[in-house]
Amino acid sequence: MSKRLESMLEWVDARFPLTSTWKYHLAEYYAPKNFNFWYYFGSLAMLVLVNQLLTGIFLTMNYKPDASMAFASVEYIMRDVDFGWLIRYMHSTGASMFFVVVYLHMFRGMMYGSYRKPRELLWLIGMGIFFVLMMLAFTGYILPWGQMSYWGAQVIVSMVGAIPLIGQTLSNWILGDFMLSDAALNRFFAYHVVTLPVLLITLVFVHIVALHEVGSNNPDGIEIKKNKDPVTHIPVDGIPFHPYYTVKDIFGVVGFLIVFCGIIFFMPEMGGYFLEYNNFIPANTLQTPDHIAPVWYFTPYYSMLRAVTVNFFWVDAKIWGIILMGGSVAIFALLPWLDRSPVKSIRYKGPYFKTALTLFVISVLILGWLGTKSPTPLYTLLAQIFTVIYFAFFILMPWYSKIDKTKPEPTRVTE
Amino acid sequence: MADTEKKQEPNSRRRFLIAATSIAGGIASIGVATPFVMSMMPSERAKAAGAPVEVDISKLEPGMLLLVEWRGKVVWVLDRTPEMLANLKKLDSQMADPKSEKPQQPAYAKNDTRSIKPEFLVVEGVCTHLGCSPVYRKDIAPADLGADWLGGFFCPCHGSKFDLAGRVYKHVPAPTNLVVPPHVYLSDNLLLIGSDSKESA
Amino acid sequence: MRKIAVVISILWLLPLAAFASGSEMKLDRAPIDSSDKLSLQRGAQVFVNYCMTCHSAEYMRYNRLRDLGLTENQIKDNLIFTGQKVGELMTVSMKKKEAKQWFGVAPPDLSVIARSRGPDWLYTYLRKFYRDESTATGWNNLLFDKVAMPHVLYELQGEQAVAVSMVDDGHGGKHELKELKLDKPGALSKLEYDKYVADLVNFLVYLGEPAATKRVQVGIIVMLFLFFMLGLTYALKREYWKDIH
Repeated sequence: MSKRLESMLEWVDARFPLTSTWKYHLAEYYAPKNFNFWYYFGSLAMLVLVNQLLTGIFLTMNYKPDASMAFASVEYIMRDVDFGWLIRYMHSTGASMFFVVVYLHMFRGMMYGSYRKPRELLWLIGMGIFFVLMMLAFTGYILPWGQMSYWGAQVIVSMVGAIPLIGQTLSNWILGDFMLSDAALNRFFAYHVVTLPVLLITLVFVHIVALHEVGSNNPDGIEIKKNKDPVTHIPVDGIPFHPYYTVKDIFGVVGFLIVFCGIIFFMPEMGGYFLEYNNFIPANTLQTPDHIAPVWYFTPYYSMLRAVTVNFFWVDAKIWGIILMGGSVAIFALLPWLDRSPVKSIRYKGPYFKTALTLFVISVLILGWLGTKSPTPLYTLLAQIFTVIYFAFFILMPWYSKIDKTKPEPTRVTE
Repeated sequence: MADTEKKQEPNSRRRFLIAATSIAGGIASIGVATPFVMSMMPSERAKAAGAPVEVDISKLEPGMLLLVEWRGKVVWVLDRTPEMLANLKKLDSQMADPKSEKPQQPAYAKNDTRSIKPEFLVVEGVCTHLGCSPVYRKDIAPADLGADWLGGFFCPCHGSKFDLAGRVYKHVPAPTNLVVPPHVYLSDNLLLIGSDSKESA
Repeated sequence: MRKIAVVISILWLLPLAAFASGSEMKLDRAPIDSSDKLSLQRGAQVFVNYCMTCHSAEYMRYNRLRDLGLTENQIKDNLIFTGQKVGELMTVSMKKKEAKQWFGVAPPDLSVIARSRGPDWLYTYLRKFYRDESTATGWNNLLFDKVAMPHVLYELQGEQAVAVSMVDDGHGGKHELKELKLDKPGALSKLEYDKYVADLVNFLVYLGEPAATKRVQVGIIVMLFLFFMLGLTYALKREYWKDIH
């Protein structure tokens, strides 16, 4: 570095913690050296976040949050705006890929016990991010004002109306009207482009601050900070995030972009999963499409919503469905306290946990698939069975994780 | 481990790979930026709205000013009387750019009358000072504009003055003559403003 | 853990396979080729001549049809009958309200119809009209029962009638099978008519996403570049990770 640059840096450092921040978060942030494939998804989620923010800003330049113009303005972007089609597909594909990446990121945490002490708060902040992300997806999906936008939102908003006593008033307050209309579109646009993104960015920042405070977990689930070099006080199993994980993550980013761009350029509708066919019909308040299903990332919860068909304890099935659906998301937050296993990582956990996790993944996938189908008696029965398995994974965890036959954890990370 | 502490200078292979990746990354950034930058150019809708406009000038009477909208701007079409044309010569000495040397008009309008056909002036009604639209003042020697006023355009915002060929007077805020937009006569009575080829009608 | 990954990857494919089933009537595959400019031009011709009597394509500009290899003058001379300018949207003068009175429903805009219905549905639909005196228009459709739209292309296809027969369903029961047969031949043979409709459907698919061709072209360049980047970044990663392993 030249003398001049050095003195400039000194000038800045005396006024802003530039060098120290760089060191703390990158050059001297020691991450375990045994990260595997599953550890790409955190940085990929950041990449998708940037993609959504950037493309989102450019979409707002041409989108019109007005019920009579929204659909046309999206087609205007697709046709009349130079490269508008690309920006729109980047945003719509990015929305789905956000969930792909976040689900895999969460699954990684579940496999390696990343929610366990001392990372409980980190996990809870992550749950907050997940919740905001779902709100963003919901408010964003309304904006094109197609048939699925309209009727999907209608279903969700009707749930609010089901709350005893205050439901109707609350739903009117949310919609700013007595039905889903222009007023709701306009305010959901405000949430989607201002409120929620600001919240999301803040939470992501806090998530990273919390991570760098406690340090990263790893596939062995052991704390590298417990084994530090006596002289340098650097964890012996740690390597500086920069350059080792920066170069690795850049490689991961390119790999991800191949998938991402493959979808954007060659199958942007993803067979009706990323962009639903019925959403190419402008919203018609008088006619529900023959078959309505939420976008794929919401289908597991949607299945659980529909799974309850009988009334329990004098409470309507409809309300139970809503409670179950909310619970299916909220229950993740309890994971740090449900897991009583002496070890963190699935590598050293016993057959009970492995079976439970496998069943859980299968039930999520099947519930997700059922959510895209019209309900039949068989499908409803299947949804009920897998809903029970889904919740059993969490509710029985304190029991099976405790009696499970675990293997001893190693003292050093394995390659 | 000890090997991570070895603060070694990057070897040549490492340096080469860093440089290659940085260059490729730079190219990628330009590639990503392109669609975003391009999307901010006038869209097809804007281009369609800015398409050339056809103007029927058969009803235009001598001395009458016609206002035409093109790309959201006003374009004047003025049918000048022989008298008005004769007056232009007299004003040469008071003009800042009497010979239209500055590129404020297509080549075919770089002449004494700043027009294709002498009688018809086609000019953007936008003051070259700060974009106000000047007022058409064909009255000779009015009280407010002085005895030597032979008809022209007066900008109410900052007092710039132009003659009936859109030429700017000396010592006024506006620096240049009014802009002559591209235009072409499709027939004797049909004028196309916004393009100088008959093809794009 | 490996095993879980395998199970996940298999289960991912499950919904994709299941998605294809579930329609009542088997759709005929539309024999279309988006790179066939002549077919697209013929389709555009059919679209403005027949469809645009009632249907608009109000998100599309006429001059965009340059994509089909036409000049603006060709578009103006051959495809615009409404006196509109070449940069204007492909709207129709029929009022939605009046149309609703005539047909019961307003004819939908067709800009993105191929994206909601799919080419195969359109190709089947346009070939399955038949005479039915019980409806208001005198026409019915095998794919879209009691459709409000009359058979606009009947002079070309001719008039079909429906024949209902009972067939074994393989489980011991019987079910209705409806078949169409040509009663009065039209100006075109069956083969010619199918091709005619295919051209139209080809155009409708183009109309649904005019940027599709460019999308694929840009995509190929992007993918080639990314694969090059993948090799480069992998080499960089390996070079650094020599320190660790």
